[in-house]
Amino acid sequence: MSLVFDIAWTHVRSRVRQTGFAIAGVATGVGFSIMMASLMQGSQDDFTRRLVNTLPNITVSDERRAPPQQPAEKLYNVAELHGLTPEARRPGIKNPLATMAALEAWLPGKIAPSVKVQAIIRYANHDLATSITGIDPNREALVSDLPKQMRGATLTALYRATNAIVVGDRLADKIGARIGANITLQTSVGTRLSAQVVGLFHSGVRQIDESAAYVLIKTGQILAQQTGLINELRVRLADPLASREIAARVESDTGYKSVSWQEANEDLISTFIIRNIIMYTVVGAILLVASFGTYNIISTITHEKARDIAIMKSLGLPEFTVRSIFVVEALMIGIAGALAGFAFGYVLCLGLGSIRITNPFIDSDRLPLVYEPLHYLLAGAVALVSSVIAGYQPARKAARQHPVEIIRGAT
Amino acid sequence: MSTPLIEARKVTRILPGIVPTTLVRDVNLTIGTRDFVAITGPSGSGKSSLLYLLGLLDVPTEGEVLINGRATSQMHEEERALTRLSFLGFVFQFHFLLPEFTVRDNVMLPMRALGRLSPREMIERADALLASLGLGDHRLKRPDQLSGGQRQRVAVARALANEPPVILADEPTGSLDSKSSMQVFEVLHSLVEEHGKTVVAVTHDMGLAERMHRHVELLDGCILADQAHAGT
Repeated sequence: MSLVFDIAWTHVRSRVRQTGFAIAGVATGVGFSIMMASLMQGSQDDFTRRLVNTLPNITVSDERRAPPQQPAEKLYNVAELHGLTPEARRPGIKNPLATMAALEAWLPGKIAPSVKVQAIIRYANHDLATSITGIDPNREALVSDLPKQMRGATLTALYRATNAIVVGDRLADKIGARIGANITLQTSVGTRLSAQVVGLFHSGVRQIDESAAYVLIKTGQILAQQTGLINELRVRLADPLASREIAARVESDTGYKSVSWQEANEDLISTFIIRNIIMYTVVGAILLVASFGTYNIISTITHEKARDIAIMKSLGLPEFTVRSIFVVEALMIGIAGALAGFAFGYVLCLGLGSIRITNPFIDSDRLPLVYEPLHYLLAGAVALVSSVIAGYQPARKAARQHPVEIIRGAT
Repeated sequence: MSTPLIEARKVTRILPGIVPTTLVRDVNLTIGTRDFVAITGPSGSGKSSLLYLLGLLDVPTEGEVLINGRATSQMHEEERALTRLSFLGFVFQFHFLLPEFTVRDNVMLPMRALGRLSPREMIERADALLASLGLGDHRLKRPDQLSGGQRQRVAVARALANEPPVILADEPTGSLDSKSSMQVFEVLHSLVEEHGKTVVAVTHDMGLAERMHRHVELLDGCILADQAHAGT
């Protein structure tokens, strides 16, 4: 093997400029692959983290996934019934405290009850549809990052005023309200309530910051005109990635619709998949183009070294050894390119991370980048494999050359 | 008659093509131990083609080449390569040394490919071979720092690296001046006389051919004459 390595090394070393360009090609491919992967993964992780932190991992609502069977359907054994008015059902989760206790017995996480009400916020001639959640400030920290997302006050400020409300900062901006402002809440069931803004929050998810508000559970029940109403249980798990499976079990245990954060954001997650496919396609294309450089140099070397190949074969070096020489050359270019690419990719990430940006969709003023060893390993592995594939074809061709033809040509 | 090391039995080589070309036709030839054979003939008579067939660099279209009594037509390419590596040494008209390697490295190349010696033994053997050919002081030079005759002697040293019993030389003096030609011829001659090797050399130089033990003359791919003479 050392003979193969020695000859390969000599060939590569004696063509510094050509080899340098081939290595630069691979390094560019690897570097940009790492940068793209870092940026894509970073933005995805950042967005997912905000989703997971801002929203409950699982939301158990008082809805049913399939409409309950109507009494007439139970009574008559027929294929289909027309003109039935569904049985009126009292909204809310039945025995919420008992349900919570039953779930807490096995569920690896925390649960908080809440009341969800749709309302219109009115302030200074602005009418804005809002999703209002009645919460228990003392339990909220167990299921969301809302206490950490508060601006200008803590969540306990909800206790300080009658009908106190905490609104998203973007919502406050939209209607022009500040802390201390008295706003009017109007619900679809006809409740009209005056509430005081006691704090703002900023989740980083634009949709939430523009349309969500929090009140005490009691205030929520007043808005819904139903004493004791709990229409939502919000769950935070120790392992958010297990949400889908646990949500399914909660649903089968309680009968209530139980939605994991993954299900609630299915469209976004599928967008990530498409985005990743695009990313890997682009990265693959970059590395493929880089492998053309490797192919080119190995082809050139085998062409230039045709006479040496002939003489080595005539001396008795087997085809496998001759082929190995050029495959090892390709591998050397691949390894050098990958290592240089690692450094280049890292520098690109540092450079990209130092750029200041202002983007309404990104909370930070820096691009979210992830320094993941897996990206380096993947880019390096793809570079090596593509280099070997690129080098194999000319190596195979070189090893199959008939030495007599070349020796005759040379003489 | 010496023990046959190489034997060609009714060997024919035809190059395929629109007009097939016959390089060697129905050749029978036996090469024995310590033979010093000159193959001569006009250009295109099939001298080199016959040498390549005897050296397993080419495969006969018909007939059989036997090495040490063993038929080679059914040998796998890897086995043919191993036979070349261990049993045959080649010297060509041009030295065909690897230009990026030192003289010593070039001589060590077949040894390293065969892999039977330790690195230290390879170096010792290469240096001894080079010294015996008067190139001891040049072992660390590169081929382009040597004269034509010196390069050809390095090629001879490389051919001897694995101590093959047979050396096949294709016009080994063809690109050399008369003085260098004589030096190389003397080296080949000493291989037979002093080291008991078999040397088969294709040559245009009738003067040298006459000084070898046996003279095979080819014409149009056929053996015209095969005669032994007293030699040098």
